[in-house]
Amino acid sequence: MNQTSLDFSKNAARAQADADLQSALAKLQRDTRLARPVITGRLPEFEDLRDRAVAIKDHTLAHLDHYLETFEANVTDAGGHVHWCNDAGDARETILQICNNVNAKTVGKGKSMVSEEIALNDYLIANGLEVVETDLGEYILQLREETPSHVVMPAIHLKKEQIADTFRDHHTTLDPDRPLDAPSDMTEEARTKLREKFLSADVGITGANMLIAETGSIVVVTNEGNGDLTQTLPRVHIVIAAIEKVVPRVDDALSILRILARSATGQEITCYTTVATGSKRPDDLDGPEEFHLILLDNGRTKLLEGEFRDVLRCIRCGACQSACPVYGAVGGHAYGGVYGGPIGAVLTPALDGIDKAWPLPEASSFCGNCEAVCPMRIPLPGLMRRWRDIAHTQKLNKTGARRGLALWAWAAQHPALYRFGARISLRLLRTVGRRRGYLRRLPLAGGWTAARDLPTPEGGTFIDRWQKEMPGKTGS
Amino acid sequence: MTARPQVGLFATCLVDLYRPSVGFAAASLLEKAGCDVAVPTAQVCCGQPAYNAGDRKSAAAIARQTISLFEEFDYVVAPSGSCAGMLRHHYPDLLADDADFATRASAVADRTWELVSFLTDIRGWSGIDASWPKGVTYHDACSGLRELGIKVQPRQLLEKVAGLELRELDAPDVCCGFGGTFCVKYPEVSEAMVDDKIDDIVATGAATVLSGDLGCLMNIAGRLSRRGEAVEARHIAEILAGTATGPAIGGADDGQG
Repeated sequence: MNQTSLDFSKNAARAQADADLQSALAKLQRDTRLARPVITGRLPEFEDLRDRAVAIKDHTLAHLDHYLETFEANVTDAGGHVHWCNDAGDARETILQICNNVNAKTVGKGKSMVSEEIALNDYLIANGLEVVETDLGEYILQLREETPSHVVMPAIHLKKEQIADTFRDHHTTLDPDRPLDAPSDMTEEARTKLREKFLSADVGITGANMLIAETGSIVVVTNEGNGDLTQTLPRVHIVIAAIEKVVPRVDDALSILRILARSATGQEITCYTTVATGSKRPDDLDGPEEFHLILLDNGRTKLLEGEFRDVLRCIRCGACQSACPVYGAVGGHAYGGVYGGPIGAVLTPALDGIDKAWPLPEASSFCGNCEAVCPMRIPLPGLMRRWRDIAHTQKLNKTGARRGLALWAWAAQHPALYRFGARISLRLLRTVGRRRGYLRRLPLAGGWTAARDLPTPEGGTFIDRWQKEMPGKTGS
Repeated sequence: MTARPQVGLFATCLVDLYRPSVGFAAASLLEKAGCDVAVPTAQVCCGQPAYNAGDRKSAAAIARQTISLFEEFDYVVAPSGSCAGMLRHHYPDLLADDADFATRASAVADRTWELVSFLTDIRGWSGIDASWPKGVTYHDACSGLRELGIKVQPRQLLEKVAGLELRELDAPDVCCGFGGTFCVKYPEVSEAMVDDKIDDIVATGAATVLSGDLGCLMNIAGRLSRRGEAVEARHIAEILAGTATGPAIGGADDGQG
């Protein structure tokens, strides 16, 4: 995809001017806020489950090599093939090779954020394959040539009227006057269209929500069952998953499943939870003849070593996105990378380089709601701050604000000078603003006064007035 | 520890510069709650602007300065969840590798409190003697809420204010869009956030919006004024102390100040 994180401000302005997007985002925010207390209220052990999930992931990450090797051995035992891929290029080539080996023409795809990360569709299409997204949201985006704006609700930025228009534009063999007002009309139409594709696909490619080391199984959760058709109908099933998806045991996967859907969509569990292991055995009624698992690193090993390790606990539930007021104001596309919202503000600099994404960790009010809702307790604001430290050290954010802050920080380390400066500035502000109570414009403060008036100071500093009115009560 | 705990009042830079009356209100509440209050005059700011801008070096220098000034007191109290959270949670992180200051930072952190939660949770005090016969709504400032768990405490005390009718916001715990330098780095995004907050405030029909952080309040007050809304904004300490006699935040005065 075209990485535009450096243009966050411009992207955000465009998003704020888009009335359809704004109404879709307002609905998402409201639904999320109302659903949260219901979800957590119904499950008294929710907080304990979060702790348990964190412990499972921390343990796994501490012994990642062991669990990945166990996983690989069990996949192989079950007749599957594991392909270790270092980066996006590796993974794309490996997948293309598998497709070519079976003379595939058509690929059915389940929803996978990692496939977005490696820009898989474009690559396969450029190499002559037909690729069809089978998740409804992803299918809509494929027709519209857009990317997902949310990790679990990829088309959340669209209103249903826009989707109806898209269907009319693309499904041209159908009656142009057919009713498409109800969501059920649209899902029915998509189902009919997609069924043809499921049946004709030579290869199915899906992601995985988890990989289970002790059995070599993959776990896929969906609400449409498209993931199941994608992995069972075609002759070849390719799973693409990043290395941090592994958990040790089935029990661990079950614990994490209990918080995944609740955090993602507010459901207790998704409609379909599929656990699949290896290729079709002689007695199996269905399943792929070939099973391939792409284990992708793409920067994870580097994250594992450093101060951003906690982000590898992420289970891609999107709770931080739905709950973030900045995401709620601008949507996922404004972040200009694969992942939007708080998780994107931490991951995108890791995947693409801080020099290509430094505005993202800046674009947070540090309200902390992301960390509050993250089922894996990832300290997202803290990790964004670490990126700010790095951006500051590399002098990436060369803005007026940076110079202003440097001057302020210097003054703050010289209390007597600071106080002298404060007295003069306050006197000025009072002279200009006290009659009205507000200043409408102030040089060098355009960021503030563009949308807000600046309250006039009351007059005098607290410290000066305290010294005068309460002499002797200033500590030793 | 003496019968009357010695409290160092960390006024915060915004109260120092913009609204000294909040500092006096805080001191008055602390004294009513049985504390002796001192205000070290070399205090400046908690260093959060530098800390959140990635300038750890400056933030650490300011933190060392603040710790040196306040470590003599039994408690450090600030009329702000954001600044109190900085001392309580972030100073120890910032100075973890500083041989001289790591333990001193933790010692100060453990004794640092936001004003309202200090009054209720530490002093067990609720002797409010104030009146504010108006409809009031309350914005939960983010740092106080999520870093310090301040939610019920302000409501407990507001309940004791004579005549005050609390009208809760639809979304009291959603950020107002201030976020320190965030609001000037991304003014349009911040504006959308504060507009949502103000729609919520206006819908309650309350005459006054209160909060525990002056940063959020200046953001809200500034936008209320620009939109021409009649709601006034004040710091909760002014109401609890019964000293809210002057103009509201950004309210015009008669020029005697």
